[in-house]
Amino acid sequence: MSNKILLEHIDKPGIKSYEVYRQNRGYNSVEKALREMKPTDIVEEVKKSGLRGRGGAGFPTGMKWSFIDKKSGNPRYLVCNADESEPGTFKDRYLMEFIPHLLIEGMITSCIALESNLGFIYIRGEYKWVKKILEQAIAEARAAGWLGHNILGTGYSLDLIVHPGAGAYICGEETALLESLEGKRGNPRMKPPFPAVKGLYGNPTVVNNVETIASVPWIINNGGDAYSKIGIGRSTGTKLISACGNINNPGVYEIELGLPVDEFLNSEEYCGGIKDGKMLKAVVAGGSSVPILPAELFYKTKKNEPRLMSYESLSDGGFESGTMLGSGGFIVYDEDQCIVRNTWNFSRFYHHESCGQCSPCREGTGWMEKVLHNLESGHGKMSDIDLLWDIQKKIDGNTICPLGDAAAWPVASAIRHFREEFEWHVDHAHEAQKRNYGLLKSTKEYFSAIAV
Amino acid sequence: MKVTIDNIEIDVEPGTTIMNAARKVGGDIVPPAMCYYTSLKGSGGKCRACLVKVAQGSTADPRPMPKLVASCCTNVQEGMVVQNITSPEVMETRKGIVEFLLINHPLDCPVCDQAGECDLQNFAFDHGRQQTRYDFERRTFDVINIGEDIKLHMTRCILCYRCTMVADQLTDGREHGILWRGDKSEISTYIQKAVENDFSGNMIDVCPVGALTDKHFRFRNRVWFLNPMDAHRDCKKCSGKVVLWMRGEEIFRVTGRKDQYNELKEFICNDCRFENYDTKNWIVDGPREIANESVINANHYEEGTKPLPKELYSKLNNEKWENV
Repeated sequence: MSNKILLEHIDKPGIKSYEVYRQNRGYNSVEKALREMKPTDIVEEVKKSGLRGRGGAGFPTGMKWSFIDKKSGNPRYLVCNADESEPGTFKDRYLMEFIPHLLIEGMITSCIALESNLGFIYIRGEYKWVKKILEQAIAEARAAGWLGHNILGTGYSLDLIVHPGAGAYICGEETALLESLEGKRGNPRMKPPFPAVKGLYGNPTVVNNVETIASVPWIINNGGDAYSKIGIGRSTGTKLISACGNINNPGVYEIELGLPVDEFLNSEEYCGGIKDGKMLKAVVAGGSSVPILPAELFYKTKKNEPRLMSYESLSDGGFESGTMLGSGGFIVYDEDQCIVRNTWNFSRFYHHESCGQCSPCREGTGWMEKVLHNLESGHGKMSDIDLLWDIQKKIDGNTICPLGDAAAWPVASAIRHFREEFEWHVDHAHEAQKRNYGLLKSTKEYFSAIAV
Repeated sequence: MKVTIDNIEIDVEPGTTIMNAARKVGGDIVPPAMCYYTSLKGSGGKCRACLVKVAQGSTADPRPMPKLVASCCTNVQEGMVVQNITSPEVMETRKGIVEFLLINHPLDCPVCDQAGECDLQNFAFDHGRQQTRYDFERRTFDVINIGEDIKLHMTRCILCYRCTMVADQLTDGREHGILWRGDKSEISTYIQKAVENDFSGNMIDVCPVGALTDKHFRFRNRVWFLNPMDAHRDCKKCSGKVVLWMRGEEIFRVTGRKDQYNELKEFICNDCRFENYDTKNWIVDGPREIANESVINANHYEEGTKPLPKELYSKLNNEKWENV
């Protein structure tokens, strides 16, 4: 594919090292940003590019940067959120592990834009080896004069610190991340105030995802307008998708936003179709938190248009018939997979990761997990399905941070689209118990009914 | 700033929270608070009991807020329209919150010292459902001694974080905090280190449930049998203004003075709280006023309840005599 931005040089041997990266026009954007541009110009370019946050929420990055309080005179910080823990998402690790200098370059240019003199990379604790790679990259960049005092003789100083998390999913939430970075318990903060006003140590802070920051050098080198021409509508640029599940070629792919989902799933260039020639049952398009979509809703939107890999198209129809692009964790389920078991598995994760600060999430996630476990193992009652629906409704939107929503949405969408499967687990308790598996026999009938 | 809460308009200072604006009006429209505590910095927003609907953000931006907001930590805006008890959505959510708080609560009110003055009990009475839908095993913890005066029943705790804030803000040295996460979170005096400090006793008063109890008072009496009396003494450490909980001449316990929202106006020291059980040490100011609906009020069941209908009364009496 021609439009590769982040992974353009990924196949060059030795791109991990500073020398090879520099030979491939690496760190050019830092030179351009420091010598030819004012910080406000950089923010303007990023605004023009239409770059949206790649961590999941899709908030316009340029706008986020322009919110930062530069007047107060307090130090400003850029924090890179590398606490990638969403089940099904592994794009940031790929980027940091194989082309670490891209992130470092992005951090430097972004810090210049924000007029910040200290940047943090908060990396997931489990990515121990990636932390070492990043630290080495920082040391190389410092030795080459891209970091430290008086960079390129312009009087601008910058330092970067890599800080590991301690294994909590909640620390991927930006305010919990800041608490954790300050050395406190990783509980999300109340918003407002937003981090752009009062963030790390009470100072204005911008928190961005790894992929977002890694996209900035290209925008500076080629201009925001060039970036905004890639993609479709308000979904500009490219996105890393980490594809996994029952597909032939799992892995990380860079796609231009607006690629039809059919092409992404079935072409040899990307996922390569469903494994073993089976049929598609469902897709989780953006990491475990987003609603699951059954096959027929996944390929076509409600208006009967082909669905595209873009923020707008995937969320078309709201949660009734759509989902979200999220963080790009693309999980594919073939006809043999059990949705109840999968929902239970997700619920178990959110129960385990809830921070316990606010009551709906603390108590509700555990309750949902237990009810789902009963259903999955053949001890469920019909009333449990309605109970689950009620619990998720009481959690959704009533918590401090989005973890509550993230725990509620998979359950809600599974019941919305696969209610008969839950009912099957109640009606065929013995069978469900025996093989702990889903609607094996009737899946084929189910799919022959929906096949057009 | 003019705000409208449940169709009542009120003028408040900028920077007031919705909760405090509602408290200024008073009455039914005050959202319940399980974790918010006026005098503790950073409290609130955790229990979600006080969620309200903002039907109009402000005059400048009249859009409604997309989600329910925690009234204890959302500031009012000019022209804001808030719905609390007039919104069915809020009432439904509140029902859910009680249910969430109760699924892991032991419901051991009959043996709990807090019964009668328990925020959770009142909250559940107002918004709870009659039967539980939770049929799994509840989480339990061992009882922990926090120093010589306080006992912690973690099983009853609703994790409001108030006591950790007392420990952080009133006492020095951080030995008290939260361990683990999710529904396994546990209030802990850091690896069983006792909290010994002049003001640690206030943790008992700020606790909305019976998780932190006064060891000197445990199981000695029910609060509604006691007469609360305002009293004071000269104290070098605190204001010395307390409430004595007496039965006859005997002082059963000493607490700070709580207002109508069960919040302490002034924190008192441990000397006043735990060391002075002799009436000679106190100057009694008079009976303490307690909210009408509280069972403590008047400390007599007979006065608080309506007389039974006559037929029923005689029937009950007859049955009683027949059984004898």
